[in-house]
Amino acid sequence: MVPHWVPRWPVWFFLASPRWRQTACTLRPSVEQRRWLGSRWLAGVASPLAYRGCSSASSHTSKVTLTKDRYPVQRLPFSVVSEEDLATFERIIPGRVITDPEELEAPNVDWLRTVRGCSKVLLRPRTTEEVSCILRHCHERNLAVNPQGGNTGMVGGSVPIFDEIILSTALMNQVISFYSVSGILVCQAGCILEELSRYVEERNFIMPLDLGAKGSCHIGGNVATNAGGLRFLRYGSLHGTVLGLEVVLADGTILNCLTSLRKDNTGYDLKQLFIGSEGTLGVITAVSILCPPKPKAVNVAFLGCPGFAEVLQTFSTCKGMLGEILSAFEFMDAECMWLVRHHLHLTRPVQESPFYVLIETSGSSAGHDAEKLGNFLEHVLDSGLVTDGTLATDERKIKVLWGLRERITEALSLDGYVYKYDISLPVEQLYDIVTDLRIRLGPRAKHVVGYGHLGDGNLHLNVTAEAFSTSLLDTLEPHVYEWTAKQRGSVSAEHGVGFKKRNVVGYSKLPAALQLMHQLKALLDPKGILNPYKTLPSQA
Amino acid sequence: MAELRALVAVKRVIDYAVKIRVKPDRTGVVTDGVKHSMNPFCEIAVEEAVRLKEKKLVKEVIAVSCGPAQCQETIRTALAMGADRGIHVEVPAAEAERLGPLQVARVLAKLAEKEKVDLLLLGKQGTFASQVTVEGGKLKVEREIDGGLETLHLKLPAVVTADLRLNEPRYATLPNIMKAKKKKMEVIKAGDLGVDLTSKISVVSVEDPPQRTAGVKVETTEDLVAKLREIGRI
Repeated sequence: MVPHWVPRWPVWFFLASPRWRQTACTLRPSVEQRRWLGSRWLAGVASPLAYRGCSSASSHTSKVTLTKDRYPVQRLPFSVVSEEDLATFERIIPGRVITDPEELEAPNVDWLRTVRGCSKVLLRPRTTEEVSCILRHCHERNLAVNPQGGNTGMVGGSVPIFDEIILSTALMNQVISFYSVSGILVCQAGCILEELSRYVEERNFIMPLDLGAKGSCHIGGNVATNAGGLRFLRYGSLHGTVLGLEVVLADGTILNCLTSLRKDNTGYDLKQLFIGSEGTLGVITAVSILCPPKPKAVNVAFLGCPGFAEVLQTFSTCKGMLGEILSAFEFMDAECMWLVRHHLHLTRPVQESPFYVLIETSGSSAGHDAEKLGNFLEHVLDSGLVTDGTLATDERKIKVLWGLRERITEALSLDGYVYKYDISLPVEQLYDIVTDLRIRLGPRAKHVVGYGHLGDGNLHLNVTAEAFSTSLLDTLEPHVYEWTAKQRGSVSAEHGVGFKKRNVVGYSKLPAALQLMHQLKALLDPKGILNPYKTLPSQA
Repeated sequence: MAELRALVAVKRVIDYAVKIRVKPDRTGVVTDGVKHSMNPFCEIAVEEAVRLKEKKLVKEVIAVSCGPAQCQETIRTALAMGADRGIHVEVPAAEAERLGPLQVARVLAKLAEKEKVDLLLLGKQGTFASQVTVEGGKLKVEREIDGGLETLHLKLPAVVTADLRLNEPRYATLPNIMKAKKKKMEVIKAGDLGVDLTSKISVVSVEDPPQRTAGVKVETTEDLVAKLREIGRI
């Protein structure tokens, strides 16, 4: 058990795969980054600065419309931050009260650049006690608070709608302990996922979740949104891997349920309430999470399939032949490949195909896995389920292949305004909505793409257009939601509800369930100051 | 021209993305259970050889590796990328660790002679090529030097080492990976080539490079001078 300061800005010279920027700024890559991204190699020395977000030069040439101007939402009667409030905050966290409008620009806008708030205050506590004092004060004064981690959320849940105080976990980035026999990691909520990954990997473990935003997202935010990600298929949900939480409630009470026990059946399992609560029931300040051992052998196969039916059959074959070593099964369509090639200049590793599948295996014996994988690949190739493919066994190539899937979101952002949908559907019908929308939207959309965690029945449906348009939005919604509801699917598989989906949860949850949710919210946050305007349907 | 034969040497090394650890007894680095793969520069050499073959400038590409049984995986990767056959010079693991460049060079030289090789392509060592073509029975090589680009004409047989900018190695496609399993791989011992592998070098100790100490920031030039005096630099 070693208390360890995880540096905020890692010295990370090897570009295994480009990361999302570590600041929530615009995703317009600079010329240097574009050139650098074109090559798979460490061409000479790529200055770490070139890819680390310093190139974004705040080019807010197109400012994002304020959420309150774009969407019909009324400010609730919270208090307004006063000079006395600022003085109190300054007493609690000296030097870490941000009121400079320039510095507040980025934290007020989400990563997708689709919503923008007008908060005037950003607070950066370092400890749970500081969070508690802040919330106690805000509760007394009836001030609304917006907890913010890495600001990489996809549903507008991480930025204010009006002038809510932004409570950032950026400085709460300490690892508290790590037990190397059990693999249990205890850390503060502001630790960046990628840094935690590196920390535990050095000790021969891995984090149980992984997502494209790993370079920026905070573990607290991951837990608050019950993030899924690329390893979900193998290691399951955060509801299973999170062993304990420390949460500060709306009135400042510190709820310490930070146990590191695998089994503890002593009463109601309170942490489950907060996992996925999106900062509306309490502010997560520390997390205890179970890390699986680092696999000794990882292989990634990238395959081309002639049709979606073949993708499904490949999946079944995969489960049958690879069984327990399967750790990820992702798919993407030809348009996604076009986007990453066109916008990010990544190389296509196989022949052009209508669909691509990325399979990852993780196991403890290289020989055993290679044999199983070899048999599987031979089989799918011979039976025509797969028309082309490539295999990566060394880390560098594995990261490059994963990049093709992980960076689709980035490529979409560069294509224009993105209408993003994340739905759970029966796997067999997963792709039908994409074909349907292509016909329905015709030339009004630039691209309609489908990709995602096929293994989990989770489709990331995205539509890009030159700019935001209400008419296009009206054609998409509620059509997509109604379609999903008809299949008894989920309108938000893993992205959560946030601001954008608060009024469509009804498509996947019955009124009685939603009512109980409102009751729990009223119980834990009677004044409603935690992340208002989000997660639950607006009442009245 | 199309009768040229190329030999590419590929080396199985610790995967470049892996963090290298020194063994506690300081006799070497930890290799047990550590991910190994083909040296990235060897990959570039293989890619170049295969491209020359595709341009019909080379008739046959042979991939060679010296070392223990696992080298065969590395050779198979080269075969999957397009090499025609492989030669594994078997060297037991313990001896392989002590294999020096001179010994490997002798092995390659003997093989080149035996297989009547015209062109040897290797991963980068000294000066390196950034472009290779065959022109009129000679090899035309462009290489990057401090002053710019230098073009050389080499009589065959020739040895060329590959640089980062020579090409971007292809992905081995599944059909080729399957085919590679069936390509011919010869296993021979160094002794068969008449090469003595005894090393004249012995490793005294292996240590981590010294830890980088944090830099110190100063506000003014006066501070800078004072600091430099403090650490005895001036």
